[in-house]
Amino acid sequence: MSNSKILANGVDVYYGSKQALFGISMDIKEKEVTALIGPSGCGKSTFLRCINRMNDLIEICKVSGSIKVDNEEIISSSTDVVSLRSKIGMVFQKPNPFPKSIFDNVAYGPTIHGLVESKNDLEEIVHSSLKKAGLFNEVKDRLNEPGTSLSGGQQQRLCIARAIAVNPEIILMDEPCSALDPIATAIIEELIDELRLNYTIVIVTHSMQQAARVSQKTSFFHLGELIETGDTKKIFTNPDNSKTQDYITGRFG
Amino acid sequence: MNNSVAKEKIVSLRKKRSLEDMRFKYYGFTAMCLSLVVLVFLLYTIFSKGYTAFQKTIVLLEVDYNQEVLKLTPDSSDEEMEKGKFFRVKKQAIENFFPDLSKSDIKLVKKLFSINVDNEIKDYFLDNPEVINTKQQIWVTAHSDVDQLLKGNSRRDVPEDRRKLNDIQLSYVDQLVEENRVKQVFNNFFFTKADSRHPEIAGVAGSFMGSLFTLFTVFILSFPIAIGASVYLEEFAPKNRITELIEVNISNLAAVPSIVFGLLGLGVLLNVFGLPRSTPLVGGSVLALMTLPTIIIACRASLKAVPPSIKEGALAVGATKTQAVFHHVVPLALPGTLTGTIIGLAQALGETAPLIMIGMIAFIPNIPTGLTEPSAALPVQIYLWVESAERGFQEKSAAAIMVILIFLFMMNAIAVFLRNRFERKW
Repeated sequence: MSNSKILANGVDVYYGSKQALFGISMDIKEKEVTALIGPSGCGKSTFLRCINRMNDLIEICKVSGSIKVDNEEIISSSTDVVSLRSKIGMVFQKPNPFPKSIFDNVAYGPTIHGLVESKNDLEEIVHSSLKKAGLFNEVKDRLNEPGTSLSGGQQQRLCIARAIAVNPEIILMDEPCSALDPIATAIIEELIDELRLNYTIVIVTHSMQQAARVSQKTSFFHLGELIETGDTKKIFTNPDNSKTQDYITGRFG
Repeated sequence: MNNSVAKEKIVSLRKKRSLEDMRFKYYGFTAMCLSLVVLVFLLYTIFSKGYTAFQKTIVLLEVDYNQEVLKLTPDSSDEEMEKGKFFRVKKQAIENFFPDLSKSDIKLVKKLFSINVDNEIKDYFLDNPEVINTKQQIWVTAHSDVDQLLKGNSRRDVPEDRRKLNDIQLSYVDQLVEENRVKQVFNNFFFTKADSRHPEIAGVAGSFMGSLFTLFTVFILSFPIAIGASVYLEEFAPKNRITELIEVNISNLAAVPSIVFGLLGLGVLLNVFGLPRSTPLVGGSVLALMTLPTIIIACRASLKAVPPSIKEGALAVGATKTQAVFHHVVPLALPGTLTGTIIGLAQALGETAPLIMIGMIAFIPNIPTGLTEPSAALPVQIYLWVESAERGFQEKSAAAIMVILIFLFMMNAIAVFLRNRFERKW
């Protein structure tokens, strides 16, 4: 069907002496939404954070194995983390806009990467990013107000706008709706569906309904192992593994 | 039966518990009241002793600016005027201060005036050169002994040999009061002059400027170093034995007695590097060492308080570590750091011991204009004045304490303002 964007092979992650991921191998396709599901502490967020090397922030975290993004190895000390992260945007569980104006929040990425030469260009990028994130109409009259003054759902869309402003190819979402009410969640899910046309999206979620609604591929993690991965429809209707069956039917987790 | 006993027990226990609650509230309230009483008593003592220092006594003196006596002419140039014989004018004025003064009385009357009267007569003339060959009524500063007598600080009912002013001088002062030739006005000297051997013309301007220069040095030296050290330790340093050791020692450094820093300044800055003694530069350097750990601890605490999600957000859009830290974390930690810095500076402002070690206790009669000029500092000035035997310095020291307290209150007010103004909510 489509090309692989992210290819993980035998990824092991250790927090100190505790192993958190066991030989994860996964093939994430371009311009699809891949959902990572599984009970708490199963390692799905850890895996997500391996893809943009966010685990570097945790001193005791050691990652081994291979992850290739566009056929380039990223688990290596010679990887340019900054350029990797400009290619891979990330949206966090709790909306974390900078305590600056809405405009500055979105403008920060393009500015530090030197993507723009003039003020007009910057304005255009900010506006188009906010439009893509479906936030522009709500905030166009108050771009100078602090980003933290928005509602939770708006803040999360602001974070999405901030991520796409640097023109990434991949967007990682770590439970983006867990702090939001159902209406805001619905808006974000709709947005994810639109973003799929241009971006490869990997989303960690606790809500199986959400995974079923927004994703094309689903991977089920359990106790640090990847139990099953496949088309979302198949995983939710006819999984191969009995553990997956138990989880999606609510027998554990 | 069993059940009801248990119930009674529970009820009595509940009563006991609520009584305990009341008692504790009462203890707390008492403690607060006690500390308030002590504070009020302290402020009252200082104020009641010191408020008179804000007034000085002046005496009306008739001065005859005779050109013969002055050895000037109406056409004299400014330089010649500077060299006019004003002391002769003053002498003449004092001789004629009361009618028919004998030679010994003139000596006594002379002691009713401040040493500064020559300058006042001269300054009046330089400001109004047209008064040459006229008689002018000028208000001049009285001697501290007169000042203290009129303020009621020194008593007249003690034996004559234990008094600063003898019976004849007292009668002259009484005569002046009767004739309304003496009054009390705002003491501008206290705020415009440096230290002096003569209490009536001693002021805090010199030591105030000295303290200001010292604090400036402290800020310039300690603030950047403290920020650099805390940002490195908090955000960049690997967590290992060495950084742990450094962290522990920073806390230790904060507890080192200040006089030790003074010894360090004396031994290293003065004796090894040969920096100029008694200067705000050296005083500030020593106090900067003392303030450094305070600022580092405050800065690290506020860096820690910045939610990690902010840094993660910046890193996730591709900021380098330095960019994430300096664009996002440090600005958010700045208000807390500034508050800590001001508290550290306030500590430095009140510190006396290290300044004594590096010689800022010297008698400095002029107002410093730079970091490398010898100068006093407010707390040392207070110490010097408290030590002085002269009555006039006692009220001065209390007044200087008021000045330093107001300085401190203002600094703390700025700290509170900054904290409230820039406090962020996430």
